Amino acid sequence: MRPNQPVLAVESLRTHFDTRAGVLKAVDDVSFQVAPGQVLGLVGESGSGKTVTGFSIIGLVDPPGRVAGGKVLFKGEDLVGASEERLRGLRGDRVAMIFQDPMMTLNPVLRVDTQMIEAIQAHDPKVDRKAALIRARDALGRVGIPSPDERLKAYPHQFSGGMRQRVAIAIALLNKPDLIIADEPTTALDVTIQGQILYEVQKLCRETGAALIWITHDLSVVAGLADAVCVMYAGRIVESGSVDDVLDRPMHPYTAGLIGSVPSRNRRGSKLAQIPGMTPSLLNLPQGCAFRTRCSHAQPGCAVEPPITQPVPGRTLRCFHPVGLAHAHA
Amino acid sequence: MLEPMIQLANVSRRFAKRLDVAARIANWFGAGLKDEIVHAVDRVDLEVRQGEVVGLVGESGCGKSTLGRIVAGILPPSEGTRAWHGKAIDTLPAAEARQAELKIQMIFQDPFASLNPRLRVTDIVAEAPVAHGIVKGSEREAYVDDLLRRVGLDPSLKRRYPHQFSGGQRARIGIARALAVKPEFMVCDEAVAALDVSIQAQVLNLFMDLRADLGLTYLFISHDLGVVEHLSDRVVIMYLGRFVEIAATEDLFQRPNHPYTQALLRGIPRLDARKQAFEPVQGEIPSPLNPPPGCHFHPRCKHAMERCRVEQPDLKPIAPGHWSACHLNG
Amino acid sequence: MTTDALRATPKVETPLRRFLTDFFASKLAIAGLVGLTLVVLIAIFAPWIAPQNPYDLRQLDIMDGRLPPGSKSFSGMTYWLGTDDQGRDMLSGIMYGLRTSLAVGFGASLLALMIGMSAGLIAAYFGGWVESLIMRIVDIQLSFPAILVALILLAVLGQGVDKIVIALVAVQWAYYARTVRGTALVERRKEYIEAARCLALGDRRIVFKHLLPNCLPPLIVVNTVLVASAIALEATLSFLGLGLPVTKPSLGLLIANGFAYLLSGKYWISFFPGVALLFTIVCINLVGDQLRDVLNPRLQK
Ligand SMILES: Nc1ncnc2c1ncn2[C@@H]1O[C@H](COP(=O)(O)OP(=O)(O)OP(=O)(O)O)[C@@H](O)[C@H]1O
Ligand SMILES: Nc1ncnc2c1ncn2[C@@H]1O[C@H](COP(=O)(O)OP(=O)(O)OP(=O)(O)O)[C@@H](O)[C@H]1O
Ligand code: SF4
Ligand SMILES: [Mg+2]
Ligand SMILES: [Mg+2]
Repeated sequence: MRPNQPVLAVESLRTHFDTRAGVLKAVDDVSFQVAPGQVLGLVGESGSGKTVTGFSIIGLVDPPGRVAGGKVLFKGEDLVGASEERLRGLRGDRVAMIFQDPMMTLNPVLRVDTQMIEAIQAHDPKVDRKAALIRARDALGRVGIPSPDERLKAYPHQFSGGMRQRVAIAIALLNKPDLIIADEPTTALDVTIQGQILYEVQKLCRETGAALIWITHDLSVVAGLADAVCVMYAGRIVESGSVDDVLDRPMHPYTAGLIGSVPSRNRRGSKLAQIPGMTPSLLNLPQGCAFRTRCSHAQPGCAVEPPITQPVPGRTLRCFHPVGLAHAHA
Repeated sequence: MLEPMIQLANVSRRFAKRLDVAARIANWFGAGLKDEIVHAVDRVDLEVRQGEVVGLVGESGCGKSTLGRIVAGILPPSEGTRAWHGKAIDTLPAAEARQAELKIQMIFQDPFASLNPRLRVTDIVAEAPVAHGIVKGSEREAYVDDLLRRVGLDPSLKRRYPHQFSGGQRARIGIARALAVKPEFMVCDEAVAALDVSIQAQVLNLFMDLRADLGLTYLFISHDLGVVEHLSDRVVIMYLGRFVEIAATEDLFQRPNHPYTQALLRGIPRLDARKQAFEPVQGEIPSPLNPPPGCHFHPRCKHAMERCRVEQPDLKPIAPGHWSACHLNG
Repeated sequence: MTTDALRATPKVETPLRRFLTDFFASKLAIAGLVGLTLVVLIAIFAPWIAPQNPYDLRQLDIMDGRLPPGSKSFSGMTYWLGTDDQGRDMLSGIMYGLRTSLAVGFGASLLALMIGMSAGLIAAYFGGWVESLIMRIVDIQLSFPAILVALILLAVLGQGVDKIVIALVAVQWAYYARTVRGTALVERRKEYIEAARCLALGDRRIVFKHLLPNCLPPLIVVNTVLVASAIALEATLSFLGLGLPVTKPSLGLLIANGFAYLLSGKYWISFFPGVALLFTIVCINLVGDQLRDVLNPRLQK
C-alpha cells in the first residue's frame, strides 16, 4: 500500500430500506475517506444514518435494507458486491467493528479466553492455542484491564459495562485491523469510564496506525478525539473537513446550529442557540436541501438539491448559503 | 433568613433484596446467603431555596434518581425528614400534605415511558387538575390549550396519542402535565438526556423560560456537566449515595475541591479541547452493594491516605457556600 | 425501532392499523378467524338455523335412532350427519352443543379473566405481603393438574352449568393472575405510573385507568388460549359424566353418548361432534397464535 493512500474510500454510497411506507434512503450519496492512523468522526443526530453507513461499509445491512449504489473501496478493493465469504474474511480481521452494546460482539455463554482464541484462530488457523492465549492477554492488558490473566477466565456477565466494552475493543484489535469502525461505543457509559476508553483508544490508534471511524452524536467527543469530521443530516453528509476547521468555522447552518446548542458554548444562564423544528422523517423529507425547513439561511433556491462543493481545499459542503466566516467566529 | 423551600435532613434510602424461600432453605444447609442491602442514598442533607436551581451530578447508580424521587414524594425515605417551607410533610394533615405534594412535581427522563401510551394528550394533561378540582370540567379544554401553548405545542394536536409525537414534543407534554397542577418546585431527572442535541437546547430554553415566567425552583439532575453548569446556581456532586461537594456553580467549576469533582471536570470531553489528552480516573465505579469503607472514593483517588481507607470524611465548609467531603481539607 | 419512533411524524399508521395489517398478514390466521366467526355465528343462531330442536321431545322419534348420515326421516327430513340413539338429528345436536360449549367456555374464561386480572393487578401494584399471599395461592393452584382440581370440585359441588363454570374459573383464574402480574410488574416501574403517583392520583384510578389498559395485550393472547382450553376441559368433564346435565348436552356429552356405539360401526354419533370440537379449538388457537406473534413486542421488527 502506498503511503497516503486512504485505507477506506467511500464513494457515493447509497443504502435504501424498502419499507411498507416507501423507499427510505437511510444513506444517500455519502462519500468520505480515511487514511492510516487517522481518526474520522462521523457525527449526526439520532436517525441520521450513521449506523447504517457503518453497516454498509462492512456488508452487514440486512433486508429490507440494500446497498443501492456507490463504492466502498477498502485498500482499493470494492466491497460493494463482494462475496459474503470475502466480507466474512475481512470482518474481525482487517476490518473490526465495535458496537454501542458490547454484547453484540461477546457471546454470553463462552469464557472470554475461548472467544478471543477463536477470534484469532478463525482468521489464522496456524496460530496455536498457547500463542493465541498470550496475544489475548496482551490485548486485554493494552485496553487497560487490570490482572488480565484472571479476567481471561471470566464470563462476559462478570464484567461491568465499561469493562465489557473494553473486552469488545480488545477483541476488535486482536488481529491488528487496518480499519476500526466504532459505533457509539461510549454513549452508554459514565463520564469517567468514557474518559478511560477514549484514552485507551487514542493511545492504540497512535501505536498501531489503524484508521478509525468513530460514530457519535456528541460533538465534544469528536473534538477531543478525531482528526477529521463528517456531519450527517438525514442520510447525507452535509459538511466535512478537519476538526479544527469544521468546529471553529462551521459553514453549514446545521453544523453551526449544533455547535451553538452545546451549553458550554453559551454564556451561563443565557438562552441557548437552538435549531427550530424537529428532525424530519426520512420518508418525508423536504425537497432539495433536507435542512431547508429548519434553516435560518434558507432561500427559495434551496428547494433544489445542493451539490457537494469544495469551498476550501480539504472541506466539502452541501449548502447554497454557507454561514459566513465572520459569523462563525462571533 | 428565608426558610428553605424544601429541606431534606439526614435522609437515607436503602433497598433490600430479601432472600427468597429457596435461598433461605439453602441457608439451612449452610449456604450463608444474606439479604443484600443497597444504600442508594446515605444520610444526605439538602436545602433548596425559593427560585434557586440546584444541579445534582453523579455517575450511574450513585443515587441521583432515588434522591429525586424522595424529593418528589414518590419514594419514602428509609430515614430522615422532608420539609416543605419548614414543615415536615409527613406530620401535616392529609389534605395539606397533598397540597404540598402537588406543589412538587417531577419531570422524567424517558420521553416514551413517562407518558401513558393509551391516553390522549388532553387526558394526560387534564387528568390531575380535574381530579384535584384545580379546574372545573367545563374549563378543562381551554386550560389544556393554554398549557400546551405554554410549552410550545400546537393545541390542535391535543387529541392525538403520545406515539404520534417526536421525542422533543413528548418531553414538552410531560412538562405540561406537571405544570397543570401549578407546581412551585420541579425535580427534573435527566429530563433532556434522551433528546438529540438540537432538541435538547429547545427544552433547556423552555425550562429557563418557565423559571423566569412562573418563578419555578428546580432540582436539576443530570450526568451532563455542561448542561448543569449552564442551568444551575448551585451544584451538588454525588458519589455512591453521598454528597461529596456542594458549591455555587462558578465556584465549583473554577475551584473544584474534591478529587472526584476534579477528576470529573478533567474527564469530560469539551468542544474547545482538541486532540485532548484524556486523563482518566483510574478504576471502576464500585458496586453500591459493597461500597469501600472510609471515603467511598479512596480506591480511585490519587491522594488517598491511610485515613481515607478507614474514616468517612464529613461534608465541611471550606469557603463560604462551598462544602466538600475530603480528608485533604483536614 | 426507537429512532424510527422518535422521528415519527403525526401521519404514521396508528397502532390499530398496524395491528390489523400484521394480523391479516398470515393466511392461516385469516382462516382461523373465518372458521371461528362461523362457529360463533352457528352457536348464536342455532335455534333458528338448526333443522330440529333436539331437546323438544315432541320433535324426536325414537324410531329414527342411530340412522347413518344422509338418511331420511318419516317426515321427509334428511339427517345429514345421522342421528343418535334417541333419534336426534346430529347436525342440530352439534349446533346446540356448540352453543352450550362456547357459552360455558367463553363465560367461564371471562369470569376467570376478571378475577385473575384483579388479583394480579393488586398483587403487582401493592407488592409486599399482599403480593406474597396472592402469588402463593396462584403457585399452589398451578402446581395441581387442571383436570384434577376440576374433578375434585365437581365431585364436591355436583352437576350443573353453574357448577362447571365455577370449576373452570377456579382452574383458570390463576393463569390470568400470573400473566397480569408479570406484565403489571414491568408496567408499574415505568415512569408514567410514577408520574401519576407524583400527581397524587388515587390508587384505584392508577390501577384501573393507567396500569390495566397497558397490561391488556398479553391478556388477550392468554385469553384466546384459555378459552380453547376451557372448552376442551368442559368437554372432557362432560365426557367423563361429571360435567353438564344430560338436559344441556355440550359437545363433550354428545361424544360420550356415541362412545358406546363407536365399536359397533356407528361412528357418526361420536365422530361429528368430535370434529366440531377439534375445528373450534384449532380455529381459536390459530387466531391466538397470530395474536401472540403480533402483540409480542420482542418479535416485532
Ligand atoms: N431495518 C430497518 N428497516 C427500516 N428502516 C431502518 C432499518 N434500520 C435503520 N432504518 C432507518 O434508517 C435510518 C438511519 O438509521 P441509523 O440507525 O443509521 O441512524 P443513526 O444515525 O445510527 O441513529 P442513532 O444515533 O439513533 O443510532 C433511520 O431512519 C432508521 O429508521
Ligand atoms: N427499586 C429499587 N430496588 C432495588 N434497588 C434499587 C431500586 N432503585 C434503585 N436501586 C439501586 O439504588 C442505586 C441508586 O439508583 P439510582 O437509580 O438512584 O441511581 P442514579 O444515580 O439515578 O443512576 P442513573 O444515572 O443510572 O440513573 C442503584 O444501585 C440501584 O441499583
Ligand atoms: S478523602 Fe481521601 S480518598 Fe477521598 S477524595 Fe479525599 S483524598 Fe481522595
Ligand atoms: Mg446508531
Ligand atoms: Mg437515574
